[in-house]
Amino acid sequence: MVILVIVIVIAVVVLALVIGAYNGLIRRRNQIENAWSQIDVQLKRRLDLIPNLVETVKGYAAHESETLEAVINARNASIAAPDTPDGQAGANNMLTGALGKLFALGEAYPDLKANQSFLQLQEELTATEGRVAYSRQFYNDSVLDYNNKLEQFPTVFFANALKFDRREYFQAEEAARTVPSIEF
Amino acid sequence: MFELIRSNKRRSVALVACFMLFIVLVGAAIGALVGNGIAFTLVALVFSGSVAFYSYWRADKIALKISRAEPASEIQYQRLHNIVEGLCIAAGLPKPGVYVIDDPAPNAFATGRNPEHAAIAVTSGLLEMLNRVELEGVIAHELGHIKNYDILVSTLAVTMVGAVALLADGAIRLMWWNGGRVSRSGDRSNGNNPLAYAGFALLILSPIIAKAMQAAVSRSRETLADVTACQLTRYPPGLISALEKLKEDTTVTHSASMATAHLWIEQPMSGVGDNGKLGGIHKMFDTHPPLDERIALLREL
Repeated sequence: MVILVIVIVIAVVVLALVIGAYNGLIRRRNQIENAWSQIDVQLKRRLDLIPNLVETVKGYAAHESETLEAVINARNASIAAPDTPDGQAGANNMLTGALGKLFALGEAYPDLKANQSFLQLQEELTATEGRVAYSRQFYNDSVLDYNNKLEQFPTVFFANALKFDRREYFQAEEAARTVPSIEF
Repeated sequence: MFELIRSNKRRSVALVACFMLFIVLVGAAIGALVGNGIAFTLVALVFSGSVAFYSYWRADKIALKISRAEPASEIQYQRLHNIVEGLCIAAGLPKPGVYVIDDPAPNAFATGRNPEHAAIAVTSGLLEMLNRVELEGVIAHELGHIKNYDILVSTLAVTMVGAVALLADGAIRLMWWNGGRVSRSGDRSNGNNPLAYAGFALLILSPIIAKAMQAAVSRSRETLADVTACQLTRYPPGLISALEKLKEDTTVTHSASMATAHLWIEQPMSGVGDNGKLGGIHKMFDTHPPLDERIALLREL
């Protein structure tokens, strides 16, 4: 009788631990997925802003077609790039470099620099680049939180049986780590 | 992180309990003096209960209102909105309300009861004085307060300090009620006016209680929010240079009042860094650690 009670108590405690571990892992895994889609949202937002920017610049510096085309090509390459972290990183880096050159045109054309919508688009794009970086940072923070939970006591005992694996961090590609150079 | 949040929720409950206890005790004391103890105690209980309840739901709106904060338009304050949104992504928080205060002194605060019901207010002086990275540092500091639930304790304190201040104000009147009148023949002796004594005691106690409440929003919270800010921006120099600009600026934030002093990123009242005779006393009642200490700590990160 006493043994039965002890067994039942232990079973209840173990079950509670498993449920706690499972729910904690699920919550963190969903956060990772949410963070991942956030990166996509911000990248897409950046692509959406570019046509407007190109149109605005065209009105003031139409003969700078080389710079404008570079931006458009980089945008197209980014859309065509495979939807994997590796594929996107290279294309996005190219786009950042091309946009840098486009914004540098503002220095050569005072009228363009004074244009309200150019300034607004510049602010929007700067903010969106920041958001892309922040959403990657949040993704990595979420992965860290998840991996910590996964490997901590007592979750570590159940994680394998519940089929939870370690997640990988988002890492900047070699190309993305070098600052894009801007030539005048 | 989670311990921080728990501790802040505990503090909030303690703050409300202390506040209610104080008001009920005052009510009971006055009641006992007047000779109707139970009625006064009940009135005090109802009063303190309603203030506490109201504080939880509405104190953020009150804090914004008494600071004359206006909602920031998305078009006019595009940069500010963008910075808030970006950092919210980094922190995994919903975007709080964004408010601007027309005040040349650079300062900012956050308020609300939880991340879903939060607001950030900055002065127009801050927007003018800081560049993008510095502003990001300050906004990240305020988001740190939101994330750590510091805003719950500090916002509750606003209305409760306000209520105590109101009582103290009333107490001054109580003192003069009968007590201040020139006695006429046939009057009872002035020394027998019990309300005067109660008023006098309340007058002395109230500011001390109010200060103690603000101390519940301990000064170390500011330092913690600074550290959280750097976790978000991953760029301590931004916040450091912002704090240095705040240090150089000596304008007093006129939009701040006694009740909201502890909310702001920089102590808004005069008397900071005062090394004269009263310097020590000012330091005792400071709601914030000295900016020099905060900057030095950030440099070590």
